[in-house]
Amino acid sequence: MDKLKKYTASTAGRDRLLSFGIVIIAYAVVQAMVLGDSLSSAMQGLLVPICAYIIMAVSLNLTVGILGELSLGHAGFMSVGAFSGIVVTTSLADTVPSGVVRLILAIIVGAICAAIAGVIVGVPVLRLKGDYLAIVTLAFGEIIKNIINVLYVGKDASGLHFSILEQKFELAEGGKMIINGPMGVSGVQKLSTFTSGFVLILITLFIVLNLINSRAGRAIMSVRDNKIAADSIGISTTHYKLMAFVISAAFAGMAGALYAMNYSTITAAKFDFNTSILILVFVVLGGLGNVWGSIIAATLLTLLPELLRAVNSYRMLIYAILLIAMMLFNNSPLKARLLEKRGMKQMEKLEKSEKGGA
Amino acid sequence: MSFLTNLINGISLGSIYAIIALGYTMVYGIAKMLNFAHGDVIMVGGYMCFCATTYLGWPPLAGVALAVVVCTALGVVIERLAYKPLRMAPALAVLITAIGVSYFLQNAALLIWGSSTKSFTSVISGSPVQLFGGQLTITRVTIVTIVACIVIMLALTLFTSRTKMGTAMRAVSEDKGAAQLMGINVNTTISLTFAIGSGLAAIAGVLLCSAYPTLLPTTGSMPGIKAFTAAVFGGIGSIPGALLGGILLGIIEIFAKAYISTQLSDAIVFAVLIVVLLVKPDGLLGKRVSEKV
Repeated sequence: MDKLKKYTASTAGRDRLLSFGIVIIAYAVVQAMVLGDSLSSAMQGLLVPICAYIIMAVSLNLTVGILGELSLGHAGFMSVGAFSGIVVTTSLADTVPSGVVRLILAIIVGAICAAIAGVIVGVPVLRLKGDYLAIVTLAFGEIIKNIINVLYVGKDASGLHFSILEQKFELAEGGKMIINGPMGVSGVQKLSTFTSGFVLILITLFIVLNLINSRAGRAIMSVRDNKIAADSIGISTTHYKLMAFVISAAFAGMAGALYAMNYSTITAAKFDFNTSILILVFVVLGGLGNVWGSIIAATLLTLLPELLRAVNSYRMLIYAILLIAMMLFNNSPLKARLLEKRGMKQMEKLEKSEKGGA
Repeated sequence: MSFLTNLINGISLGSIYAIIALGYTMVYGIAKMLNFAHGDVIMVGGYMCFCATTYLGWPPLAGVALAVVVCTALGVVIERLAYKPLRMAPALAVLITAIGVSYFLQNAALLIWGSSTKSFTSVISGSPVQLFGGQLTITRVTIVTIVACIVIMLALTLFTSRTKMGTAMRAVSEDKGAAQLMGINVNTTISLTFAIGSGLAAIAGVLLCSAYPTLLPTTGSMPGIKAFTAAVFGGIGSIPGALLGGILLGIIEIFAKAYISTQLSDAIVFAVLIVVLLVKPDGLLGKRVSEKV
């Protein structure tokens, strides 16, 4: 009990409890709306993608905000997670009847495969700096998309068959193609539910927030703030950079598996440069390094085009204008002045309360 | 002979990439920002030329001129409205704004011209040139593209090294503050850079659509990314680097398509880029900036 009190008294602890509380309340409200049938079907269709995008945004925030390296290929890891997850659920369809178990397995395998991809990409990429690093992550994202685009995976009685460029294997009677090159995957069982997405968000938040407030998290942030200083006090910058990058990739893989299991057909082209950019927009708009901001930005910006459906053909145009306007406002003198005013008011309040107390 | 044909096609495609990459690299050099909307300016250039020649019945050259004028104006307007207020802002904020501008241009084009594919009539007419008794055929577009690239390169090199504005441009890209103290109007110089870059994008757009005659609101994005890659490949901020990077990228892409796999050609291009950057982390002709403690 004492421990809990101490925990809630610390600012970090309070923030964390607040974040979890709000996420849980949001889930309860939305779930109630779904049960009460007051949510349009289009909105309901967006629930799982929103969960996936939140996880993507939080995980990219780990790379861009906490580690401080710009990544333009995050959708590549999502893609790896999505397709490895689909292979798992489809090939286990007969042996494991429970959908939930298969979804969990898919998410775990998706995370592991994306983490492996993260190591392969991270080792060369993290040697570079700044814009060069960004362009190489972009390049890796495109390479992953291209390779999955020519990947053929099939399953029959004798096991799984893989080939690239063209279908080089013959499936035995009763066999089934899982990934069919550029046609992607079709006939995926919809296993993802809003509840599973919500649980995954909680797990992500728990791990990421704990990581940020741990020794490793502080080391990662020290690499971001001053690499040379971090080096000089004996922090292995390469190790921590890779650690943040791989964890971030693993979460992207989880999100990918969750996302893919929400649609009946999915192709590699879905996870292209534009998707990576979309996630980056969530992260930057939500605030670099601010996990909570990422969640809000991912939710609002995914809902925005849907909310603008009334002005259908202009909605993406309005989205673009809002995006530019928000970036301009965020960095304008107007905002600085508003913040200053608020700061002054708070100071006044503080002074008054001090006088009152004395 | 197929080798030679592929080589020439590669140089031609590479010339288009090089012209686009010049816009990227100049803007990066002077404003230190990745202008992701550059690819979409190419698309606008293509549509402008298409409208002028198809709807208004203008001669091809007038169409090209219109595209250049519109894109130059567009580049300056974008810089003034979206990028100038962010000059002191963090690099990522500018990057996201550029992405916003890119979305804006694509969706505006979608509203104006619709999502159907427009087939672009090439601005360069005439039958292909036959060499070696018909063994080697080169289309006129290919020749014009390569010549245009060479002319643009020479003109830009002369401009940046010999004229006053060009010198000002180099000064601003080296040190904005010091340039301002020397009486250089930094804002005008940056606007001029955007104007030149966008004008070049218009030319690249017309050439691209003449060689690959389909026009969509998303036409510019992939060449834009490739050209950006080319600029980094050659060393971003360096004008000869953009030329070298663009042409090498074009050749690699065409050879990969011809000899390895059409579907994997993009992956091969990007893989080569990664290998080059790992060996030379600042691009082929980039300047090595040493780390100061």
